[in-house]
Amino acid sequence: MGLTNETIKERLVAKFGEQVSHFEEPYGLLTFEVPKELNLKVMQFLFDDAELQFRFLTDLTAVHYPDQKGRELAVVYHLHNLVDNVRLRFKVPTAIEEPDIFTATQLYSAANWMERETYDFFGINFVGHPNLKRILNVDEMEYFPMRKEFPLEDQTRIDKDDAMFGRTALEGPSRREAPQT
Amino acid sequence: MARPVRFNIHPIQADIKDNISMVNAPEGHTGEGFFATQLSSVVGLARKNSLWPLPFATSCCGIEFMSVMASHYDLARFGAERLAFSPRQCDLLMVMGTIAKKMGPILKQVYLQMAEPRWVMAVGACASSGGIFDTYSVLQGIDQVVPVDVYVPGCPPRPEAIIDGFIRIQELVGNESVRRRNSDEYKALLHGYGIQ
Repeated sequence: MGLTNETIKERLVAKFGEQVSHFEEPYGLLTFEVPKELNLKVMQFLFDDAELQFRFLTDLTAVHYPDQKGRELAVVYHLHNLVDNVRLRFKVPTAIEEPDIFTATQLYSAANWMERETYDFFGINFVGHPNLKRILNVDEMEYFPMRKEFPLEDQTRIDKDDAMFGRTALEGPSRREAPQT
Repeated sequence: MARPVRFNIHPIQADIKDNISMVNAPEGHTGEGFFATQLSSVVGLARKNSLWPLPFATSCCGIEFMSVMASHYDLARFGAERLAFSPRQCDLLMVMGTIAKKMGPILKQVYLQMAEPRWVMAVGACASSGGIFDTYSVLQGIDQVVPVDVYVPGCPPRPEAIIDGFIRIQELVGNESVRRRNSDEYKALLHGYGIQ
């Protein structure tokens, strides 16, 4: 008798009530949402609980949803219970103007580099992180490249035809638009 | 029937008569016991036929370069037998592969460690222009960091193309004036890259 998604959900709802929400099970992976004030409390509960014991942080990243006002950025945690071999995922939404999330480094040492990477690409400010600086990109980079307002292409190039490379000038009509007749 | 065992005890001797290509002597005046020519052509001749390449291989172009070095294409035929992995001993920096922006300062450091005269060859689309990696993390051509003498196109280039690029480098080396590295243009070029 292993740990089921139903049990995990019941335990979470019993402990945190309405504050954990949006339960889904895409492809059997339990997914839910946690408000950002509670992310450490939920993680600590999942870690400490004798039945749940999610003691392994598989992945930590973020997603940018530019259309969802007030909750543009979502930090995603993937946890793994190594005893029962059960995984779960939860998202912590935050506004892009104030991307402060409590760090998980005190609980999971693996979060150290993953949070640095998430900071590097999405600009999430992990409060309490011991060494929050860029890990993959050059230190001089002035933006967070995975946020959707930044085009993928290198903006410093001038030798390529911008219209052919999805990098149309911000002012003036693009060359790809059909001429007005 | 048992297969006869063969020993290579009577190897066929290679026919080397009229079969070895030699470098021609430069133009000059010959006479009884003397030969006079320009210093630059002698120096160029010596340099171009004993280039020491430094392979800076970061991706698939480096794999092509391996076959260029191996027996099939044999870059050693052009006097580049000795690949050195210390930039201080090398004449030719061969940059093969994608250079990420984070790699840029390292590439420049390697270039700075090479002694003059030094040449640079950008092999492949990525080293020449960033190639398909038109993205925030990739250097859009190594000529943003170091001056480049020869660009080899291709993704990756065939070994023949790399050899062709090498021959172009040899032409540049052979025809270079001995004073070029002291010229104001060259200093201005290096200054443009922030190298004094």
